[in-house]
Amino acid sequence: MSISTRNVSKRFGAFTALDDVSIDIESGSLTALVGPSGSGKSTLLRVIAGLDVADAGTVRIDEHDATHLPPQRRGVGFVFQHYAPFKHLTVYENVAFGLRVRKTPRSDVRARVAELLDLVHLEKFASRYPSQLSGGQRQRMALARALAVRPRVLLLDEPFGALDAQVRHELRLWLRRLHDEMHVTTVIVTHDQEEAMEVADEIVVLRDGRVQQVGSPDDVYDCPANDWVMSFLGPVTEFDGQLVRPHELELTTVPDDDALAAWVVRVTRVGFETRVEVDVDGKPVYAQLARDAAHLLRLAPGARVYLRHASGRAARDTPKVR
Amino acid sequence: MSRRRNSARRAGQGTGIGVGLATLYLSLLVLLPLGAVAWKAQSGGLAHAWGQVTAPQPWAALKMTLAVSVVVTLINVITGTLIAWVLVRDDFAGKRAVELLIDLPFALPTIVAGLVLLSLYGPTSPLHVDIAFTRLAIGLALLFVTLPFVVRTVQPVLMELDRDMESAAALLGASGLAVVRRVVLPNLLPAMLTGAGLAFGRAIGEFGSVSLLSGNLPFHTEVSAVNIYNQIQSDNPVGAAAQSTMLLAIAAVVLLALGLYRRRASRG
Amino acid sequence: MVSIEVPAVAAQKTPTRGKYLLRVVALGYLALLLLLPMALLCYRAFGHGLGALWSSFTTSEARSAVVVTLIVAGCAVALNTVFGVGAAILLVRRSFPGRRILDVLVDIPQAVSPIVVGLALILVYGKFGIVGGWLERHGIQLIFSLPGIVLATAFVSLPLVVRAVAPVLAELGDEQEQAARTLGASAWHTFRRVTLPSIRDALVYGVVLALARSLGEYGAVTVVSGRVVGKTLTMTLLIDDRLQNFDQQAAYSMAVLLALLAVGALLISRRLQSRARRLV
Repeated sequence: MSISTRNVSKRFGAFTALDDVSIDIESGSLTALVGPSGSGKSTLLRVIAGLDVADAGTVRIDEHDATHLPPQRRGVGFVFQHYAPFKHLTVYENVAFGLRVRKTPRSDVRARVAELLDLVHLEKFASRYPSQLSGGQRQRMALARALAVRPRVLLLDEPFGALDAQVRHELRLWLRRLHDEMHVTTVIVTHDQEEAMEVADEIVVLRDGRVQQVGSPDDVYDCPANDWVMSFLGPVTEFDGQLVRPHELELTTVPDDDALAAWVVRVTRVGFETRVEVDVDGKPVYAQLARDAAHLLRLAPGARVYLRHASGRAARDTPKVR
Repeated sequence: MSRRRNSARRAGQGTGIGVGLATLYLSLLVLLPLGAVAWKAQSGGLAHAWGQVTAPQPWAALKMTLAVSVVVTLINVITGTLIAWVLVRDDFAGKRAVELLIDLPFALPTIVAGLVLLSLYGPTSPLHVDIAFTRLAIGLALLFVTLPFVVRTVQPVLMELDRDMESAAALLGASGLAVVRRVVLPNLLPAMLTGAGLAFGRAIGEFGSVSLLSGNLPFHTEVSAVNIYNQIQSDNPVGAAAQSTMLLAIAAVVLLALGLYRRRASRG
Repeated sequence: MVSIEVPAVAAQKTPTRGKYLLRVVALGYLALLLLLPMALLCYRAFGHGLGALWSSFTTSEARSAVVVTLIVAGCAVALNTVFGVGAAILLVRRSFPGRRILDVLVDIPQAVSPIVVGLALILVYGKFGIVGGWLERHGIQLIFSLPGIVLATAFVSLPLVVRAVAPVLAELGDEQEQAARTLGASAWHTFRRVTLPSIRDALVYGVVLALARSLGEYGAVTVVSGRVVGKTLTMTLLIDDRLQNFDQQAAYSMAVLLALLAVGALLISRRLQSRARRLV
């Protein structure tokens, strides 16, 4: 079930949350809305869900104009950042909620809930209350609850934001696998670009309520539409008048006509990377090497090195740094 | 969300003396006197005490007091929740003044409450509504003095309620009414019960406002508190003590029952 | 990254019909029950002009009633403030056997009918009471004189200071106090310089509530007082007395005064409450 928005705008008082946003989300895809706080990504999601009403523009869900439909009738599944569990109901009753509202016969409810609890590995927790679950378990319950009524579209608003890094990573991969099995059109909002890149088929980058770029993870990373997108999605450093990725810089101790001379300022080892800060004509440049490579070069503060932007990489369209 | 920076409780220095002094104060002021009431009640034997409570006039007063108090409490649960809802979810000019006035029955002397209601709904009413000397008057007085209880217990819970829960319910297909019925009210229930218990306890013991408005007609509009007062005045302390013990017992039972039910009803 | 606060729910421009209906019902109920009667009170009190109002305040009865009430309220509130702060500290910062029982006991006065309060005090402190009888033999009379009224008023306002201070103490946590102790401060010093200032707003709030309650107590006082003008006639008892003597004007005047005091207390306490919460 596809989703599309046309010219959606939304303001909260003097603050513009969305400014003429038009996107298309393909049926069955997993799309990530990425951007910093205040970029409008959550607002866009809520407008799609019907939780907020746009000031202007239209929302279409599966070719039907859903702009004025209340959230009850949009066939949308939603997962909140803080799970929004029904505190007064057990896990079973939480997941069964949507089915009960639709007056589904009890045996069907039982079957469907069992199926979902199995899917999210919470079968043993059916009669527990949300307060007795961990954060990750609550989020899986929230997902099961949303999926119970077979939504046409699944929307997730920073679903892993409130969880530990480890749990976040596990759930992220689990969500991707789930999507691969179920093929429900999914839209996930996140401020974590790494999460978006790892999980999504398509990425929509937002800033200050406007769409900056839409594309696959590779597209947006390798061919960013502008400097801001480039620096948001990954590390950047300014080299020779261009914005480049630190790991695309080649470092040698041998003088080279193509390369610029520099002095090493600082060498930092983080995990398997070595980050080298060098001084090129008074300006700082950051390069990133594999640990072994750096070790071979015997880099130390004060050493003389030569920098070159790695060949074979597609250069960005805009040559100058803004 | 309340940020409780919880400190470990210790038995620090001075605790023993403090507890001793606090216990002494409470004993002299509260425990001993209340104990004396219970003791006095049975000083002529339990059968005599029961006889005092079930004598025609006191018994009529008790039945009537309980009946009106139950009705008033039920009304309060509805109106109190409604008012709390409007105060939390709605905004209008003068809302802050209303917020303030809700607490007025707490701070206003009961006799002033009675006088105030008497002037508007009594013989000199400019609206020509005269319900003085009726049971309705008792209900009215009790509604006045118990107004804040449910509102003030429900309001903070409503304010802290996770709005996303309601959104989630709507997205799962629940209509506005279904959201209130299935999600909001169940989460408010413990607070509503607490408020109801407090209101009921206050209602059965009310004196000042009721005595002014109801005329205290025996077997008709005489509440228990008034009957007890008359027993004291006519030098029947045992009868007064027996009825008082009855009222205390009822209040205790109701509060306990609601407390237990509330503990079961509140989770998370 | 700039973090901008975005309201979770957009403010609604026009209320829905349902919301409007709820508002009307709630406000209508409050108007009929609360606002109109109070408005009428003011009207009746000021109805005969400020002159009549003033003269009913300045009768010797009225003036002495005010004095008596202030003395009684002052004593009762003083007692309950000391108890209130102490009990709050005990309940929140200390552990001891029976702590939960103390917690429950503090709330008991709210569940007791005022008439029962009066009866209970008479039975113990009256002429034939356990303590009262003993005191009587030594020439001290409690019931039907001022101390008895103080006892009754202290009883009904007992929980108010405790319940105002305790939650604030709990929210604040005892880190500051611990810090003071590690710096060498004695327990009393810590209390005076650290604890007390931090609960100041909550304490004043509790005191104001207790004061309002004490000024307005009627049921308990009516039982234990001999209603001697100038000695044991409080403001609320004066209202009753005037009504029984068909002096409506005097009754309304005193009622208005008490009502104004109540509203004033509410205004002050509301401000203090929000201030106390903001400091946490």
